[in-house]
Amino acid sequence: MVITLYITCYNDALFPETGKAVVEVLERLGHTVEFRAAQTCCGQMHYNTGYRQDSYDLLRQFLNVFADAEVIVCPSSSCVAMMRDHYPKMAEQLNDPQLKAQVEAVLPRVFEFSELLVDKLGVKDVGAFYPHTVTLHASCHALRSLHIGTKPADLLKQVRGLTLLELPDADQCCGFGGTFAVKNPDVSAAMLSDKLQCVLGTKAEACTGADNSCLMHIGGALSRQRTGVRTIHLAEILASTEKSQ
Amino acid sequence: MTAREDVLARIRKNQGGPADQTIPREYADSSLLSRAEVVEQFADRLRDYNATVHHCAVSAIAEAVSGILEARQKTGLLVPAGLPPAWLPEGYAFRVDDGLSYADLDASEGVLTACDVAIALTGTIVIAHSPAQGRRALSLVPDYHLCIVHLDQLVATVPEGMRRMASLLPAPLTTISGPSATSDIEMIRIKGVHGPRTLEVILAE
Amino acid sequence: MSVRVGEAASALPFPEAAKKLVANSQLRRNVRHATDIIRTKRGRVVGEKEDWEELRNAGKAIKDHTLAHLDRYLLQFEEACTKAGGKVHWARDADEANRIIVDLVKQYNSDEVIKVKTMTSDETRLNVALEAAGITPFETDLADLIVQLGEDKPSHIVVPALHRNRMEIREIFMKKMGLDTLGYQPEDLTAAARKYLRERFLRVKVGISGANYLIAETGSVVVVESEGNGRMCLTLPEVLISIVGVEKVIPRFEDLEVFLQLLPRSATGERMNPYNSIWTGVTPGDGPQAFHIVLLDNGRTEVLADPESRETLDCIRCGACLNACPVYRQTGGHAYGSVYGGPIGAILTPQLQSMEHSQTLPYASSLCGACYEVCPVKINIPEILIHLRTKVVESGHAPLAERLAMKGAAFAMSKASRLSLAHAFARLGQWPFNDDGKLDNLPGLLAGWTETRDLDAIPSESFREWWSER
Repeated sequence: MVITLYITCYNDALFPETGKAVVEVLERLGHTVEFRAAQTCCGQMHYNTGYRQDSYDLLRQFLNVFADAEVIVCPSSSCVAMMRDHYPKMAEQLNDPQLKAQVEAVLPRVFEFSELLVDKLGVKDVGAFYPHTVTLHASCHALRSLHIGTKPADLLKQVRGLTLLELPDADQCCGFGGTFAVKNPDVSAAMLSDKLQCVLGTKAEACTGADNSCLMHIGGALSRQRTGVRTIHLAEILASTEKSQ
Repeated sequence: MTAREDVLARIRKNQGGPADQTIPREYADSSLLSRAEVVEQFADRLRDYNATVHHCAVSAIAEAVSGILEARQKTGLLVPAGLPPAWLPEGYAFRVDDGLSYADLDASEGVLTACDVAIALTGTIVIAHSPAQGRRALSLVPDYHLCIVHLDQLVATVPEGMRRMASLLPAPLTTISGPSATSDIEMIRIKGVHGPRTLEVILAE
Repeated sequence: MSVRVGEAASALPFPEAAKKLVANSQLRRNVRHATDIIRTKRGRVVGEKEDWEELRNAGKAIKDHTLAHLDRYLLQFEEACTKAGGKVHWARDADEANRIIVDLVKQYNSDEVIKVKTMTSDETRLNVALEAAGITPFETDLADLIVQLGEDKPSHIVVPALHRNRMEIREIFMKKMGLDTLGYQPEDLTAAARKYLRERFLRVKVGISGANYLIAETGSVVVVESEGNGRMCLTLPEVLISIVGVEKVIPRFEDLEVFLQLLPRSATGERMNPYNSIWTGVTPGDGPQAFHIVLLDNGRTEVLADPESRETLDCIRCGACLNACPVYRQTGGHAYGSVYGGPIGAILTPQLQSMEHSQTLPYASSLCGACYEVCPVKINIPEILIHLRTKVVESGHAPLAERLAMKGAAFAMSKASRLSLAHAFARLGQWPFNDDGKLDNLPGLLAGWTETRDLDAIPSESFREWWSER
């Protein structure tokens, strides 16, 4: 099928490899990926920080670009959560019935990457090979907004050569929280130090997850402390094969 | 404008609100446990609280009380004025609370009362101001409380218990679920702060 | 009229207060220990309650319904309570409430009072007003006693002294109770408190309390507690004065069955807390023969005005959100500068003050949603936090640098071509900070990031650029 990629603003600029990995996996499974160049941002940062007016514009823009897409995949659970949790209410606040109808129509067609694979495409084994020990961070939006459950873990368990090590206290927030990380840097760092202890305690080589936002934060500390542990987005593990080693 | 008028005016202006919603009450109203299981659950909960539990027939309450006082080496207890005399064994000093001072209550060896309602799920005993239970201070100040619970008074769930309690109003009610406790020091639960540190219960059938 | 929420109006901004507190290793250890324990206990007793979700739904519906008809229920309560011999007073703000209470205590010729835990009195700073009038207030909750004797501030809604360990408490007791020796086991400390307080319980003529619930139908007042000091203060004095927020009323006695199941499990992880006292007005021959209740507004009617966030008033003060909050876990309650801390404090404190103060509190959250999961009355705290942030921004109180940055970002993201341009500029602009592929010492708003984390340099090719070459 034709799958429309919503790359997200931060993946586009900072984690292009994740986008490439999504394309790689979907094409490997025999699907066609389309990328609509007019896309920009879902508005989460503005909405969550209190800049609601700006986020309304971004909502409209999202609908302009994606309203008629059949299947939309997004490698960021926080952006999908933004849409599911807030877009309906925003359309309500704008008092725009047409907008509301568009939102209601498009939301069922938006999938976070692991949701797309497991729920929509019905596949858990994507033919990946990644011979490393990995631990999985459950981002808060994936956990509590998307109720993603075991989907990411199910996908990882099918990856050849991969050993999945359970992360203790996985339901504790890593401390990123978007602008929270810069508006409350000390508390953010304190929360991060707890998360780091959990990650390091697993002795995994790599920490993965569905959100580069969390991974950027966790990885930033793993790197600063010279731990030798890396972060890698779930899509990039799933894209990995014997050839890419 | 009085404060009352002012506050009410602001409330009326601001409360907005939709039309009357119905309250969804789909929570458990009764228990699926058998009667015997309910009784066992109640006794279990009490034991969890470190309350000592005895079973006896209604006709044998005085005997049970006697045995307990013997074991505890007590010479007598305070009682509310309306406590059934049949419950009081010979050979012990039972002093009626007819307006005793707090100092007297504090100095006593303990108190014996009935109760009104008991709830098995939570191990709760409900005392209301009444002839057989006395004023609240009576079951509060002494350090030892012996309570007679008639199994007829025992229900399984909190909603069932509350329904019975409603009929006791406007008498003041106290629900007792174990001795007092605090976890304020390093989250370590210490039993018996104020209120009777020892609770003993006779389940009578 | 002036609303007061403890000392929140003059408190340090959250990030500043938090910075000091996260450096306190003893505090962090104590907070972590305490919240871990309650969370585990709560998890167990909630897990075993198969109708937990149904109870939450009922609790929320009862509270929302009450708030929509608050005047009706308060008037019903007033009538029933008065008929039963109680006296009902109304107070617009903290000062008025304090004045009413001080006047009552004086009326009964007492220069001391025993108090049961009530955060509402901390909100109004009642103790300060009492002392100024020559009346000595004795706190009787063990934790409040520790806080009072330690000349400190509470740091949690349910376990106010959780920031203190036993050695610190022993020091405080020995000094303030005048004890030459004192063991350091919790049993020893509790026994010392029992003795110290008992003398007061049996002697002092005026008691002051709050309340957990007011029942409109019957005019009854409900106090939920564990230690027994509540029963002491509610029963033994000749006069009882209760100060209660107007949002505490519930319609019927039947409604209590929901809250007496939600509250103990959420607050202390028990099926039922040791003691609940339910009294109605005055009962001859039992307990205080004079009962006064002060119904307090102090900003609650302001919170009521905003339909998007009025469910803040549903709160039953269980503290479960504090125990679940990963931010609170790192800082404890003092960081919030308010008698109400944690997630509920972050939304209640600024709203009571009509958003005039405590504007950093809505930002004291990573929006993880753990609080909403555990709230027994389903207050959507993350939604309300965002709503309050919007209010802060739209009232012009966001920092200028941030407003400019957000405007710039919005502009860049309004069109894909602009976004590509922005990428190009960012890649260029990062050059002074680029140290071999890692960005360092970022300026301004982003400085907080690079203080404790590395940041990879922006890749030379964005995804969209890669795609367009495909």
